[in-house]
Amino acid sequence: MGREFVYVAVILTIIIIIPFYRVVKGPTLFDRLLGVGAIGTKTLVLICLVGFVYGRIDMFIDITLAYAVLNFIGNIAIAKYFIHPRADSEGSP
Amino acid sequence: MDPLRIISMLVVAAGAFFLLVGSVGIIRLPDFYARTHATSKSDTLGLMLVLAGLAIYEGFDLNSVKLLLVLVFVVLTNPVGAHALALAAQKFGLRPTFAGEPRDAGAAELVDAVAANQEEEEEEEEEEEEGS
Repeated sequence: MGREFVYVAVILTIIIIIPFYRVVKGPTLFDRLLGVGAIGTKTLVLICLVGFVYGRIDMFIDITLAYAVLNFIGNIAIAKYFIHPRADSEGSP
Repeated sequence: MDPLRIISMLVVAAGAFFLLVGSVGIIRLPDFYARTHATSKSDTLGLMLVLAGLAIYEGFDLNSVKLLLVLVFVVLTNPVGAHALALAAQKFGLRPTFAGEPRDAGAAELVDAVAANQEEEEEEEEEEEEGS
Protein backbone atom coordinates (compact mmCIF):
# COMPACT_ATOMS: atom_id res chain seq x y z
CA MET A 1 0.00 0.00 0.00
CA GLY A 2 1.25 3.43 -0.97
CA ARG A 3 4.56 2.62 -2.64
CA GLU A 4 4.52 5.92 -4.55
CA PHE A 5 4.61 7.79 -1.25
CA VAL A 6 8.16 6.49 -0.71
CA TYR A 7 9.40 8.78 -3.49
CA VAL A 8 7.56 11.78 -2.01
CA ALA A 9 9.05 10.97 1.42
CA VAL A 10 12.59 10.87 -0.01
CA ILE A 11 12.10 14.23 -1.76
CA LEU A 12 10.64 15.68 1.46
CA THR A 13 13.70 14.52 3.42
CA ILE A 14 15.90 16.53 1.06
CA ILE A 15 13.57 19.53 1.51
CA ILE A 16 13.88 19.20 5.31
CA ILE A 17 17.70 19.36 5.14
CA ILE A 18 17.68 22.82 3.48
CA PRO A 19 16.59 24.95 6.52
CA PHE A 20 19.43 23.47 8.61
CA TYR A 21 21.65 26.04 6.88
CA ARG A 22 19.63 28.82 8.52
CA VAL A 23 19.68 27.05 11.91
CA VAL A 24 23.49 26.75 11.85
CA LYS A 25 24.32 30.10 10.24
CA GLY A 26 21.47 32.46 11.17
CA PRO A 27 22.75 35.86 12.28
CA THR A 28 20.34 36.16 15.20
CA LEU A 29 18.64 33.73 17.56
CA PHE A 30 15.27 34.45 15.93
CA ASP A 31 16.48 33.16 12.56
CA ARG A 32 17.54 29.91 14.20
CA LEU A 33 14.17 29.53 15.94
CA LEU A 34 12.36 30.19 12.65
CA GLY A 35 14.42 27.45 10.98
CA VAL A 36 13.60 25.02 13.78
CA GLY A 37 9.88 25.82 13.39
CA ALA A 38 10.02 25.24 9.65
CA ILE A 39 11.78 21.89 10.16
CA GLY A 40 9.08 20.90 12.66
CA THR A 41 6.27 21.72 10.24
CA LYS A 42 7.83 19.70 7.44
CA THR A 43 8.58 16.77 9.77
CA LEU A 44 4.84 16.65 10.49
CA VAL A 45 4.16 15.95 6.83
CA LEU A 46 6.96 13.36 6.73
CA ILE A 47 5.44 11.43 9.67
CA CYS A 48 2.09 11.33 7.85
CA LEU A 49 3.75 9.98 4.70
CA VAL A 50 5.66 7.33 6.67
CA GLY A 51 2.33 6.24 8.14
CA PHE A 52 0.96 5.71 4.64
CA VAL A 53 4.11 3.84 3.56
CA TYR A 54 3.76 1.38 6.45
CA GLY A 55 -0.02 1.17 6.00
CA ARG A 56 -0.64 2.07 9.65
CA ILE A 57 -1.98 5.60 9.31
CA ASP A 58 -4.40 5.09 12.24
CA MET A 59 -1.42 5.00 14.63
CA PHE A 60 0.81 7.61 12.98
CA ILE A 61 -1.92 10.24 12.71
CA ASP A 62 -2.09 10.48 16.54
CA ILE A 63 1.70 10.96 16.66
CA THR A 64 1.28 13.72 14.09
CA LEU A 65 -1.34 15.49 16.20
CA ALA A 66 0.87 15.34 19.32
CA TYR A 67 3.86 16.62 17.32
CA ALA A 68 1.84 19.57 16.00
CA VAL A 69 0.75 20.55 19.51
CA LEU A 70 4.32 20.30 20.89
CA ASN A 71 5.72 22.38 18.01
CA PHE A 72 3.15 25.12 18.59
CA ILE A 73 3.57 25.19 22.38
CA GLY A 74 7.36 25.43 22.12
CA ASN A 75 7.17 28.28 19.62
CA ILE A 76 4.71 30.27 21.72
CA ALA A 77 6.65 29.67 24.96
CA ILE A 78 9.92 30.97 23.50
CA ALA A 79 8.21 34.01 21.92
CA LYS A 80 6.50 34.76 25.24
CA TYR A 81 9.86 34.56 27.00
CA PHE A 82 11.35 37.23 24.72
CA ILE A 83 8.33 39.54 25.11
CA HIS A 84 8.23 39.24 28.93
CA PRO A 85 11.67 38.01 30.06
CA ARG A 86 11.00 38.27 33.81
CA ALA A 87 8.24 36.10 35.22
CA ASP A 88 7.96 38.11 38.48
CA SER A 89 7.04 41.45 36.88
CA GLU A 90 3.31 40.70 36.36
CA GLY A 91 3.34 41.06 32.58
CA SER A 92 5.31 44.29 32.25
CA PRO A 93 8.63 43.86 30.43
CA MET B 1 -5.11 3.25 -11.67
CA ASP B 2 -8.34 4.77 -10.62
CA PRO B 3 -8.74 8.54 -11.12
CA LEU B 4 -9.03 9.38 -7.41
CA ARG B 5 -5.54 8.03 -6.82
CA ILE B 6 -4.07 10.12 -9.66
CA ILE B 7 -5.79 13.26 -8.32
CA SER B 8 -4.41 12.63 -4.82
CA MET B 9 -0.87 12.12 -6.16
CA LEU B 10 -1.08 15.38 -8.14
CA VAL B 11 -2.26 17.30 -5.05
CA VAL B 12 0.54 15.75 -2.93
CA ALA B 13 3.13 16.71 -5.57
CA ALA B 14 1.84 20.30 -5.62
CA GLY B 15 2.12 20.41 -1.82
CA ALA B 16 5.71 19.12 -1.95
CA PHE B 17 6.50 21.90 -4.44
CA PHE B 18 5.18 24.56 -2.06
CA LEU B 19 7.17 23.04 0.83
CA LEU B 20 10.28 23.32 -1.38
CA VAL B 21 9.43 26.98 -2.06
CA GLY B 22 9.20 27.58 1.70
CA SER B 23 12.60 25.95 2.31
CA VAL B 24 14.30 27.94 -0.44
CA GLY B 25 12.69 31.14 0.89
CA ILE B 26 14.15 30.51 4.35
CA ILE B 27 17.71 30.47 3.05
CA ARG B 28 17.37 32.99 0.19
CA LEU B 29 15.37 35.94 1.58
CA PRO B 30 17.40 38.91 2.88
CA ASP B 31 15.87 39.59 6.30
CA PHE B 32 14.31 37.90 9.34
CA TYR B 33 10.87 39.41 8.74
CA ALA B 34 10.92 38.38 5.07
CA ARG B 35 11.83 34.84 6.13
CA THR B 36 8.87 34.79 8.53
CA HIS B 37 6.73 35.49 5.47
CA ALA B 38 8.14 32.42 3.68
CA THR B 39 7.70 29.98 6.53
CA SER B 40 4.21 31.09 7.59
CA LYS B 41 2.53 31.18 4.18
CA SER B 42 4.32 28.79 1.80
CA ASP B 43 4.78 26.05 4.39
CA THR B 44 1.15 26.27 5.51
CA LEU B 45 -0.13 26.01 1.93
CA GLY B 46 2.18 23.07 1.18
CA LEU B 47 1.08 21.23 4.33
CA MET B 48 -2.59 21.89 3.48
CA LEU B 49 -2.17 20.42 0.00
CA VAL B 50 -0.21 17.33 1.12
CA LEU B 51 -2.64 16.45 3.91
CA ALA B 52 -5.65 17.09 1.65
CA GLY B 53 -4.14 14.78 -0.97
CA LEU B 54 -3.58 12.06 1.64
CA ALA B 55 -7.19 12.46 2.82
CA ILE B 56 -8.41 12.03 -0.79
CA TYR B 57 -6.25 8.88 -1.12
CA GLU B 58 -7.64 7.43 2.12
CA GLY B 59 -11.30 7.98 1.25
CA PHE B 60 -13.98 9.02 3.72
CA ASP B 61 -13.45 7.35 7.08
CA LEU B 62 -12.18 8.15 10.58
CA ASN B 63 -8.53 8.49 9.48
CA SER B 64 -9.26 11.10 6.81
CA VAL B 65 -11.34 13.08 9.31
CA LYS B 66 -8.37 12.99 11.70
CA LEU B 67 -6.08 14.15 8.87
CA LEU B 68 -8.41 17.10 8.22
CA LEU B 69 -8.36 17.81 11.99
CA VAL B 70 -4.53 18.03 11.90
CA LEU B 71 -4.83 20.24 8.81
CA VAL B 72 -7.20 22.69 10.53
CA PHE B 73 -5.05 22.77 13.69
CA VAL B 74 -1.82 23.50 11.82
CA VAL B 75 -3.48 26.09 9.56
CA LEU B 76 -4.67 27.89 12.69
CA THR B 77 -1.44 27.64 14.71
CA ASN B 78 1.45 27.89 12.21
CA PRO B 79 0.88 31.57 11.25
CA VAL B 80 0.18 32.41 14.91
CA GLY B 81 3.55 30.95 15.94
CA ALA B 82 5.40 32.83 13.19
CA HIS B 83 3.64 36.06 14.15
CA ALA B 84 4.50 35.59 17.83
CA LEU B 85 8.16 35.08 16.91
CA ALA B 86 8.15 38.21 14.72
CA LEU B 87 6.53 40.22 17.54
CA ALA B 88 9.20 38.96 19.97
CA ALA B 89 11.96 40.01 17.54
CA GLN B 90 10.42 43.47 17.15
CA LYS B 91 10.13 43.98 20.92
CA PHE B 92 13.74 42.77 21.29
CA GLY B 93 14.86 45.56 18.94
CA LEU B 94 15.56 43.82 15.64
CA ARG B 95 15.18 46.40 12.86
CA PRO B 96 13.90 45.43 9.39
CA THR B 97 16.39 45.69 6.51
CA PHE B 98 15.37 48.41 4.05
CA ALA B 99 15.90 48.55 0.28
CA GLY B 100 19.46 49.35 -0.82
CA GLU B 101 21.06 47.90 2.32
CA PRO B 102 23.12 44.69 2.37
CA ARG B 103 21.58 41.43 3.55
CA ASP B 104 20.89 41.21 7.30
CA ALA B 105 21.96 44.82 8.02
CA GLY B 106 19.50 45.09 10.95
CA ALA B 107 20.63 41.73 12.37
CA ALA B 108 24.32 42.78 12.22
CA GLU B 109 23.49 45.98 14.14
CA LEU B 110 21.60 44.00 16.77
CA VAL B 111 24.46 41.52 17.21
CA ASP B 112 26.94 44.40 17.60
CA ALA B 113 24.66 46.17 20.12
CA VAL B 114 24.24 43.02 22.22
CA ALA B 115 28.02 42.37 22.19
CA ALA B 116 28.74 45.98 23.26
CA ASN B 117 26.14 45.72 26.02
CA GLN B 118 27.77 42.53 27.33
CA GLU B 119 31.23 44.15 27.37
CA GLU B 120 29.87 47.11 29.36
CA GLU B 121 28.30 44.79 31.91
CA GLU B 122 31.55 42.86 32.29
CA GLU B 123 33.49 46.10 32.83
CA GLU B 124 31.00 47.22 35.47
CA GLU B 125 31.34 43.91 37.26
CA GLU B 126 35.12 44.23 37.23
CA GLU B 127 34.90 47.77 38.65
CA GLU B 128 32.57 46.58 41.40
CA GLU B 129 34.98 43.79 42.31
CA GLU B 130 37.90 46.25 42.43
CA GLY B 131 35.87 48.71 44.58
CA SER B 132 34.95 46.08 47.15
